Amino acid sequence: MSAAGEGSFRELIVERRPGAGKRRTALLVCITISLLMMLPLAWLVRSSMMEMGQIFIFPPEWIPQPFRLQNYPEALTVIPFFQYFINSLLILIPTVVGTLVSCSLAAYGFARLRWPGRDAIFGILMTTLMLPYIITLLPTFLLWAQLGFIDTYVPLIVPHWLGFQVFFIFLLRQFFKNLPMELDEAAEIDGANPLQVFWFVILPISRPALLVVAILSGLNAWNDFLDPLVYINSSDKYTLALGLSQFTGLYTSQWNLLMAASTVIIVPVLIVFFLTQRYFIEGVTMSGLKG
Amino acid sequence: MSKRARRELYWGLGFTSLAVAGFVLLKVIPIIASFFISLTDWNVARSPEFIGLENYADMLISDPLFWKSMWVTAYYAIFAVPVSMAFAFALAMLLNTKIPALGIFRTLFYLPSIIPIIASSILWLWMFNPDFGLFNAGLEAVGLPRQRFIYEESQVIPSLVFMSMWSVGPMMIIFLAGLQDVPNQLYEAVEIDGGNALHKLWHVTIPMMTPTILFNLLISIITALQTFVQAFIMTEGGPNNGSLFIVYYIYRKAFQEQQMGYASALAWALFVVICVLSYLVFRTSSRWVFYHGGAD
Repeated sequence: MSAAGEGSFRELIVERRPGAGKRRTALLVCITISLLMMLPLAWLVRSSMMEMGQIFIFPPEWIPQPFRLQNYPEALTVIPFFQYFINSLLILIPTVVGTLVSCSLAAYGFARLRWPGRDAIFGILMTTLMLPYIITLLPTFLLWAQLGFIDTYVPLIVPHWLGFQVFFIFLLRQFFKNLPMELDEAAEIDGANPLQVFWFVILPISRPALLVVAILSGLNAWNDFLDPLVYINSSDKYTLALGLSQFTGLYTSQWNLLMAASTVIIVPVLIVFFLTQRYFIEGVTMSGLKG
Repeated sequence: MSKRARRELYWGLGFTSLAVAGFVLLKVIPIIASFFISLTDWNVARSPEFIGLENYADMLISDPLFWKSMWVTAYYAIFAVPVSMAFAFALAMLLNTKIPALGIFRTLFYLPSIIPIIASSILWLWMFNPDFGLFNAGLEAVGLPRQRFIYEESQVIPSLVFMSMWSVGPMMIIFLAGLQDVPNQLYEAVEIDGGNALHKLWHVTIPMMTPTILFNLLISIITALQTFVQAFIMTEGGPNNGSLFIVYYIYRKAFQEQQMGYASALAWALFVVICVLSYLVFRTSSRWVFYHGGAD
């Protein structure tokens, strides 16, 4: 961890400098809020390791006695979590790839090619950010039903190959726009067509932005609930999120198992978050930029 | 059109063709279709029957649940939007004070936002448990009476608003980025004029942040109006339909009661509400949003 710039701990605690008192207050407030925000997670983990008897003691105890790690294998076998994990990945991977392909192509077209109608079309596309999802879900569902794709992953994946999440087009366009135009011009002089410029010049230097989109769209796919709920019927095709919700219905008061199962769905997300934190924060920051 | 211009047009359309096709197939056509479906009586098992505006008439005149769900959704949004925005703003201000270990706090504040909504709904359901939950333990510990939280109609929405404060991470990060862009000279100018922290906040920070506030405001209104999973997992719309969010109500009508026509009419009602609200926000924004030229 970096004790960033001018304010080191020592400075705050030992020395009295102008502004140090204020920063110390800020630090204390930050620590308090952090503890409060982590409290639900502590509650989650603590509950996930308890016996049923201990979980229903009031006032609650914080330390499981004994630590019942058995809750995890139990939760994982009652419902075929491994299968659901694979199912989630079977949706996530093509979703992320499709998002990267369709959104980066579109973003390049909107950011770096000059053609009549470009900005108007981009503007119209962006208005769909305001569109409530449910209004398009009903007819889309009926369409997939007509085509016979209910209870398959097709309706969950195909839209993402068509730039469904326009937000990512916006994000990549922001990034592409900030790259120097000379790159394209130099390649064009060498006889490259736009597709070659896109593939050999722009994409290689845009890895950070593509990674941001991959992570955020992967997270969306992992967390998505409404789509699998609507489109998937057979329990062997459930995603983790959907499987977990069914589990909730079946084990209403077995909070230790429910908490163990919830932990299992959270952990992969946390791992990815900690490994790629920088990109996460960057991606969200980029989304707030105007332009 | 010159040969070059035509070539450019082809390339532009080529690159954007997937996204434009998606726009037409997944947004434009469904919206139009949704309107036509809303004019029918369509139980999925039977074929649709055209009934004109009857669904809308039923919805507006004789469906108390429609009004209830509109009210519940509006009530939630009216509270959740300002509360979560103010909280995100306060967190961003805290992180902008050059405290040590900024990165760690930023991570901790952000972390709850990445938790799958399904998992956080189950977790909060357990914390809200009136008999053995964390919150009643906390209340009891400080000598306050126990509450029923999401199991009591008058408390369910405030409880869910409270829950929404847990996942303000993205909003906080966007605010923080905005705060870091506020030029320091402006604060120095306030200091020279003898202003205090409150003056700085009111005369510099907030005006300079209005574009960011506008962005977060729109996003959080649209998100709040589409709340679904909490109702589905935690409350099933109850108690006494006290958390019958409109999207959950539409889901029920469409996928549990198979009334596609009526559900589409409900969806259109939501769509109209979102359009009107967005329009109002944009219309008034010219009065309160301050775009500072150049400095970005």
